[in-house]
Amino acid sequence: MWRIAKVVGLHDETPTARTLALAVRDWPGHVAGQHVDVRLTAPDGYSAARSYSIASAPSLDGRIEITVERLPNGEVSPYLTQEVMVGDELELRGPIGGWFVWQRDQTEPIQLLAGGSGIVPLMAMLRSRSSTGNVAPFRLLYSVREPRAVFYRDELRALSSQGDSVVITYAYTRVIPKDWPRPAGRIDAELVGNSTWLPDLRPTTYVCGPTSFVEHATDLLISAGHDRKRIRTERFGATGERK
Amino acid sequence: MSASMNYLDGNAAAGELSRIFAFEITAAQGRCAHCGATRHFAEAHVYMKCPGIVARCPICGHILLRLVNAGKRLFVDMSGTTCFVIDTSDFQESSG
Repeated sequence: MWRIAKVVGLHDETPTARTLALAVRDWPGHVAGQHVDVRLTAPDGYSAARSYSIASAPSLDGRIEITVERLPNGEVSPYLTQEVMVGDELELRGPIGGWFVWQRDQTEPIQLLAGGSGIVPLMAMLRSRSSTGNVAPFRLLYSVREPRAVFYRDELRALSSQGDSVVITYAYTRVIPKDWPRPAGRIDAELVGNSTWLPDLRPTTYVCGPTSFVEHATDLLISAGHDRKRIRTERFGATGERK
Repeated sequence: MSASMNYLDGNAAAGELSRIFAFEITAAQGRCAHCGATRHFAEAHVYMKCPGIVARCPICGHILLRLVNAGKRLFVDMSGTTCFVIDTSDFQESSG
């Protein structure tokens, strides 16, 4: 079922990514980690749909936020990141997903691993945790191309400065900040060993990013002794095209 | 991205499959008709860039489900999945 969503706010996260706040008619509410499908239809009837993770915490006000990364040659993301205006209406289906979710009554340690814009559903989990006063210990390992590609920078900084219950580690794959101790490169066994929960603590782990990131990160976690059954994954990519 | 990484997972197909199934398919567990592995549908390897959607077993690669949208008709082949186990206990936590 497609619902009508009105754009009620726009916010640039990075030079290529934008957050859209949407007021959704008859929105039933969501759980952190879920996504929506957004459908655009051209005047000639041609339509294209894409999946976008919900970035915002569950709320009762019928509003959600999605963050969209602009893909070169994309059919939908250039419109959503460059052309759409406050007041425009989109078609939306969801919320979708029941496995890659973090429920507010989960109390075990949580490990989040994000590759690029894979941060989006994990941000919803962090925000959901904050909005409900849940004190489950969270760690986030965020692999990102370069410092200026980091989404939600100020909010993540604020989260990690509130005591020890949210620990955030950045891994830059292309460009590092000045005096950064680790050279640019993808995550490896040493980084996973140093920055994620020990397997003995039996964390639930959520991994989201491009397929290559998810496979690599999952292999590292399993090599480090994590139980595959406690690892939940969500892959995305430009391969998600459909009409 | 290498040719061997051109798949997504069951999460990506869930919106389209919500047209057909009354339950949340990503949280359901399915058993592969070929190797017998039981996994959540979210873990299936899903190919979206075909004429339709193909979901494959993440363990053996056998086809679990095919969906083809042909104009006003939808073809769904689930012969690769022998059993779905649907957890009816918790999901749909209401917001707020």
